[in-house]
Amino acid sequence: MKKYLLKRIAISIVTLLAILIILFLMLEFMPGSPFNDEKLTADQIALLNAKYGLDKPVMIRFFNYVKNMLTGDFGVSYTISKNTPISQLLQSRLPISVRIGGQAVLLGTVIGLILGIIAALKHNTIWDTLTTIISVLGVSLPSYVFALALSYSLGFKLQWFPLLYDMANPLRSSVLPTISLCMFTIATVARFTRTEMLEVLGSDYMLLAESKGISGFQLIVKHALRNALIPIITVLAPLIVGLMTGSLVIEKIFSIPGIGSLLVTAIQANDYNVILALSFIYSAMYIGIMLVVDILYGVIDPRIRLAKGDKHE
Amino acid sequence: MNKQNEKIMFAEDDFELLHGDSISQMDENYSSQSYWRDVWHRFIRNKGAVIGFLCIVLIILLAIFAPHWNEYTYDSQIITNQNLAPRVQGLEKFGIFDGSESMSTSTGEVEVNKYISQDGAETGLEDTYYWFGSDVLGRDIFTRTWIGTRISLYIALAAVLIDMLFGLSYGLISGYFGGAVDNVMQRFAEVLNGIPSLVIVTLLIIVLKPGLLTITFSLMITGWIGMNRIARAQMLKLKEQEFVLASRTLGAPNFMIIFKEILPNIFGQIITNTMFSIPNAIFTEAFLAFIGLGVPAPMASLGSLISEAFKSFTTHPYMIIPPIIVLAVLMLSFNLLADGLRDAFDPKMKEM
Amino acid sequence: MMMKKEKILAIKDLSISFQTSAGEVNAIRGVKLNLYKGETIAIVGESGSGKSVTMKAVMGILSSNGKVNSGTIDFTYHQGDEAVKVDILKLNKKQMRKSINGKRIAMIFQDPMTSLNPTMTIGAQIMEGMIWHYKTPREEAYKKAVNLLELVGITDAEKRMKNYPHQLSGGMRQRVVIAIALSCDPELLICDEPTTALDVTIQAKILELIKEIQEKTGISVIYITHDLGVVAKVADYVSVMYAGKIIEQGTVNDIFYDPRHPYTWGLLSAMPDIDTHDDKLYTIPGSPPNLLKKVEGDAFAPRNIFALNIDTREEPPMFKISDTHYAATWLLHEKAPKMDMPAELRTRIDRMLKEAEKDGK
Repeated sequence: MKKYLLKRIAISIVTLLAILIILFLMLEFMPGSPFNDEKLTADQIALLNAKYGLDKPVMIRFFNYVKNMLTGDFGVSYTISKNTPISQLLQSRLPISVRIGGQAVLLGTVIGLILGIIAALKHNTIWDTLTTIISVLGVSLPSYVFALALSYSLGFKLQWFPLLYDMANPLRSSVLPTISLCMFTIATVARFTRTEMLEVLGSDYMLLAESKGISGFQLIVKHALRNALIPIITVLAPLIVGLMTGSLVIEKIFSIPGIGSLLVTAIQANDYNVILALSFIYSAMYIGIMLVVDILYGVIDPRIRLAKGDKHE
Repeated sequence: MNKQNEKIMFAEDDFELLHGDSISQMDENYSSQSYWRDVWHRFIRNKGAVIGFLCIVLIILLAIFAPHWNEYTYDSQIITNQNLAPRVQGLEKFGIFDGSESMSTSTGEVEVNKYISQDGAETGLEDTYYWFGSDVLGRDIFTRTWIGTRISLYIALAAVLIDMLFGLSYGLISGYFGGAVDNVMQRFAEVLNGIPSLVIVTLLIIVLKPGLLTITFSLMITGWIGMNRIARAQMLKLKEQEFVLASRTLGAPNFMIIFKEILPNIFGQIITNTMFSIPNAIFTEAFLAFIGLGVPAPMASLGSLISEAFKSFTTHPYMIIPPIIVLAVLMLSFNLLADGLRDAFDPKMKEM
Repeated sequence: MMMKKEKILAIKDLSISFQTSAGEVNAIRGVKLNLYKGETIAIVGESGSGKSVTMKAVMGILSSNGKVNSGTIDFTYHQGDEAVKVDILKLNKKQMRKSINGKRIAMIFQDPMTSLNPTMTIGAQIMEGMIWHYKTPREEAYKKAVNLLELVGITDAEKRMKNYPHQLSGGMRQRVVIAIALSCDPELLICDEPTTALDVTIQAKILELIKEIQEKTGISVIYITHDLGVVAKVADYVSVMYAGKIIEQGTVNDIFYDPRHPYTWGLLSAMPDIDTHDDKLYTIPGSPPNLLKKVEGDAFAPRNIFALNIDTREEPPMFKISDTHYAATWLLHEKAPKMDMPAELRTRIDRMLKEAEKDGK
């Protein structure tokens, strides 16, 4: 376990460092420096460069950059909202995105698990077919298709939910975005749970448990589900990536003031600083979540938890 | 016991030897099938996969030929023919695809047909047909949809090539050599995998211009990691097996062993995994196009068509429907095909 | 010795088929089998002959596409001093799990590497059955589990209780599986090829262990195996299965020293033996029949050099050879030509008989 943990942490740190290097290089070689104002004289630019430490050697500048990024000092926005600190832009937007993303993961995982378990237990019945159809549709249709369908039917025609995000009513207006966003999660989790459950249900140890006389809830939860859940954790990575990309589109469709729509705006407005800052934030979130997932995986699976030091034979 | 005996009428030669002295090797009891025939049989029994495959073929044919079926090209703008609803010769008599659409106005819903004017005046469009309608710039959505499909298919092809050229070789080499080589190669892949593809695409867009090249590049950077993992795992499993050890002791060069001995044995998994990576790649393109980073106008892709139509989808919902349906059918078909291939190559469900 | 024997398991006319994508497979075609208390019976046959399926039917763990077409499986167990007889096939799954599985009949599976739950400790897996069936208090179950581990020859039992399966070797795991099987004091133990997945040295140890336990507890045992070596070591009675039918049954001596069915001849001849100096190792030609098709006559006829013309038409009935020995081959019919077993097998059996005599003195 210790070795496994250290390895995971080391990889995470290296990955984060790799991203910081890439972002720093992009900042260095990007067309246009922050002081690209024609009114400034060469002296003034030199002065500004000295003030912001831009005349220092590359290594020092890199360390300063890393320090700034890690402490949440992302610099200022150039074009979207001139000279506003990016951290200030993020302050209101990050929680909204995280909340909607979190809701979608939670809802999607729960529904997906239930669907997958039902499909596996009722293998080759109408329930199984139904789940398979739902999960194939879910992974086949981009989330904006769901978003458009939902906002057209429930939002535009029936007017049950607001078409656009309403800051005054965050709960009601996050219903449609959450549903559209969680379809992919539902589909992936259901599909994977079904496969894993079927495999576990056909395993020798299930046969042994049954021949011991274990049945019902205990058989399914303690013997089947526990073993099936471990590999399900591995699909969390593509899920999170899917959520991140999905949220960009969803936030655009429903005009949600989150970081996804900020990134889209920044890309369209060529606001490099914002793009780089958001890239860092997305990467850091992703790396952090993956690290937690990996550690969780090790804790749940005794084959990893007890991998070293305990072996008797 | 003997009761049963009595019922049987014995023939005269009943108790003579059947085979004489020799016996042929009876092995026809189970009609032995070759691996590939088995796979083929399992595949064609899977209705979803076959339908998926046929849909893909149909879409490919349409993408090749359909843009030439009418007089419009994908970029010809006819300003007078803006926002025309779908109208198809023949079908209009049945009241569908007759070029009318319902419009919300201040007095409620009204049926409007821009092809034929209500008051008998000439519109000049009586003989004009846009099968899927026309867009805000008066371009034919039918032609644009199939042109856009070409982009998605190109992306699919690119994904396959990247999987095969990068992922496969990377994984096979890494698994085959093992040790330090494997360690370095896999750590590198892990680090790369730790960067969300969204970020990679975003950064690429800053450096390059949005377009097909950028999308292909981003697929090259991230698309091969899944295949690398599968190829490596298979290689680790296979390389200790007798037939590999045998050819190694015979002095076959590494390159030969990897590509001639091992590759054919993992073909099934590779094809399956490739099929699964296609929808992902198409997804990426559609997503990029939707946020305005797809192929530059006037070129169309399914994603950019959806994105454009989205702007007017509450007033002219017909514009968004064709690209969404083609995209959905394409994605669905690839997924069904991949599922079917996986089950055909690797029948997991025990029957006894 | 001549105590009245109590029948614990009686299988009659059992017939089972499976619905597969290729059609209906008649896996079991009229199996008849008796087992008396405290005795050991071995069911021998090639893979696919239906031996495992028969025992899965006894355990009530047939896969969902399996269907019992006819037959009874009468099982007698003891509740206090009273003997209770049930037809296992008439019990539903719930009753089966509640009153039979684990509690009265336990099973040991072929591969110890896969038959233990990887996410539960050894201790929890042994205690689970006791707590489930008898609501045994945890401390008591724990004590009993430790005792069981010691019984099956695991040292450091208390420490092992906290281990997970992956921390044990194959032989150890099979011992744990045996401990699990014994945890609820069953009256019948079914061993499905318990040693095939293990090293030869460990094989012998496991077999001895089961035998020892049998002597201590008086449990009845059914072995499913294709390994005649195992049979010779452990069984009192042997049933030879072919294509879903028992084709010869008798005591170990009957089968090993006086086999009558050509298939049994084949099996015995194919058994490797260090004393055999013949150049050719006898093998049975061909492979078992496809049970998707209806079997006409004797299922073994196409592979049998001793087949008679009637074998293509009529399935041979069980001919009685002695009180304990039966075989289903037309060769035993009075009109049949006198056929001897292959000469190589004859010399081999004679040699074995001589050795047995020597050992006896």
